Amino acid sequence: MDWRQLWEIASAPDNVPIVGMIPLLAFYIYLAWKQAKANDELIGELEASPAMAKTHHRKSWPFRPGWSKEVHVWPFLLRIEFLAAMIVTIILMVWSITLSAPLEEPANPNLTMNPAKAPWYFLGLQEMLVYFDPWIAGVVMPTLIIIGLMVIPYIDTNPLGSGYYTWKQRKFAIGTFLFGFIVLWISMIIIGTFIRGPGWQWFWPGQTWDHNRLIYEVNRDLPDLFGIASNWAKAVFGAIVVGGYYLVGGFVAHGLFRRYNPKDYKRMSLLQYSIMMFFLLTMVGLPAKMLLRLAWHIKYVWITPWFNV
Amino acid sequence: MAEDNQNGKNGNRLGLLERVKAGVKEDVQSLKTDLPAKAKDQVEHLKDPTKTQVYTSIFRHKHDDTPRNRALGVLSNVFLHLHPAKINRDAVRYSYTWGMGGITFYLFIVLTFTGVLLMFYYHPTKVQAFRDVLYLEHDVPFGKLLRNMHRWAAHLMVIAVWLHMFRVFLTGSYKKPREFNWNIGVLLLVFTLLLSFTGYLLPDDQLGFWAVTVGTNMARATPLLGHEGPFGHMLGMTPYNDVRFGLLGGSIVDANALLRSYIWHCIGIPIVASVLMIVHFWRVRKDGGISGPAPVMLESEVKEPK
Ligand code: HEM
Repeated sequence: MDWRQLWEIASAPDNVPIVGMIPLLAFYIYLAWKQAKANDELIGELEASPAMAKTHHRKSWPFRPGWSKEVHVWPFLLRIEFLAAMIVTIILMVWSITLSAPLEEPANPNLTMNPAKAPWYFLGLQEMLVYFDPWIAGVVMPTLIIIGLMVIPYIDTNPLGSGYYTWKQRKFAIGTFLFGFIVLWISMIIIGTFIRGPGWQWFWPGQTWDHNRLIYEVNRDLPDLFGIASNWAKAVFGAIVVGGYYLVGGFVAHGLFRRYNPKDYKRMSLLQYSIMMFFLLTMVGLPAKMLLRLAWHIKYVWITPWFNV
Repeated sequence: MAEDNQNGKNGNRLGLLERVKAGVKEDVQSLKTDLPAKAKDQVEHLKDPTKTQVYTSIFRHKHDDTPRNRALGVLSNVFLHLHPAKINRDAVRYSYTWGMGGITFYLFIVLTFTGVLLMFYYHPTKVQAFRDVLYLEHDVPFGKLLRNMHRWAAHLMVIAVWLHMFRVFLTGSYKKPREFNWNIGVLLLVFTLLLSFTGYLLPDDQLGFWAVTVGTNMARATPLLGHEGPFGHMLGMTPYNDVRFGLLGGSIVDANALLRSYIWHCIGIPIVASVLMIVHFWRVRKDGGISGPAPVMLESEVKEPK
């Protein structure tokens, strides 16, 4: 266990924010979960007793008849905003006094940094470069993430859970978002920050970075496994595999969604449904491709004269 | 002299002198009586500055603690009128919004402030940029603190935007009628990341240089528009005319890239982001304020479409 190596990574000034963000994120997940649980319990009670549902104020916070439903912004909100600004300023001051921003040697195109890492918030995408060609990891994925986020309000047809924390009423939506945000985005950043060393090789936390380590890894392409040699056959084969993934995957997902989310299924239009399925399958496609690489050393699935997937 | 002039032909002139004399006497008298009276008045007046014309021209209403004035205090102030006068009693609970949108905005203000100060010392040229940062670190009073605050506020802003988006999602706040504002938010997220990225190159050190090199190398591979991207060749893309060239102002990360980064970072993106923030806040109000904490809805109350 090389503690010094671990400390060097975690205490690199530009990595401190991500080190700090992990507990912060854990705290906010806890805060959200606590409120979702309270609301879900209340929903359960109200559903069990229609009489109570008629009179209850329907929040998990106390309310008594006679209390005003609204409060003045001044002072009740503005004092909190002021306090928040003070606290953020103090944190920022203390942080800036105790930790200095990094400044390396002057830029030098002839002296390559190894590893050359982007700032931590982009390391999820940089990690994807291991598994995908740059046009996918660097261009298509960011575009799909942005579009995917933008379509969320238009494909989530569930009218429940607007304006309060809940888990019971939105299991699918929240589950999918957590998968995308925590599993795909945050954990890839953590891998990119803490695990990847020189040559973008995998070094476990506490393992010493060895700048001379070479890994002899022979990657194969999927068509080779099937003994397909001609370029045209490879292109057609790849198209069938990728298309097949979306078709078969879509069929399985359809079966599950229809069964476990019948109300959403009924509400969604064909367009909404196909967009959701596309993004869902593409998201699941990432770990699928990673698995192909890690377990079977497969580099490309689909090889064409113009691009490889 | 006065006697002489009494019957003289220059009676007019003499009368004038008389009058001047009398006038001066009056003036002196008035100084003696009026001034103290006015001074007394003035002191009385200053005891309550809220009655002065200067004060009333600035503050348009009274500030005694009545509900009306509490509301007016928010509504008649250009900075505070982003807020309604009154809000849902539970909306002020920290646990609902986590205050993350507000904190993001506050960090943006801090970044603008520290950024403008940094601009006084920074030249976006290959000769000067790195030295300017050294100068800031070692010679400019509080220069190091300034640079650190700008750096860490930027990182914090990225974290705060992500957390803000996370809570908006978890509270279902993107649902009708807030779909559009969620989209404005997504754009703000993108611009926040772009601001950070363009700023990374500016110290012109190894860290920024290689991060931007790695980042923009991906642009080579843009489908259609990059010279190494799928179908790029077919459209005649070379390292000297593709998107990467456009971003960097050259085929390598050099002086032009530094200048372009600087302009995007200090002018282009902040303006676009500010406009989007204005629209974002406007829509929060127009969409009916913060989405909650709303009363929970039950499955049985959903009106299913036929
Ligand atoms: C520069 C970035 C941003 C700033 C300064 C900002 C600021 C704010 C503020 C001050 C609010 C009021 C409520 C609160 O504080 O939570 C708000 C609400 C909202 N924001 Fe943002 N925001 C930003 C980015 C985003 C992003 C990335 C998203 C989503 C992808 C988003 C979506 C929304 C939505 C839908 C609301 C309404 C929430 C509700 O009614 O509960 N915003 N924003």
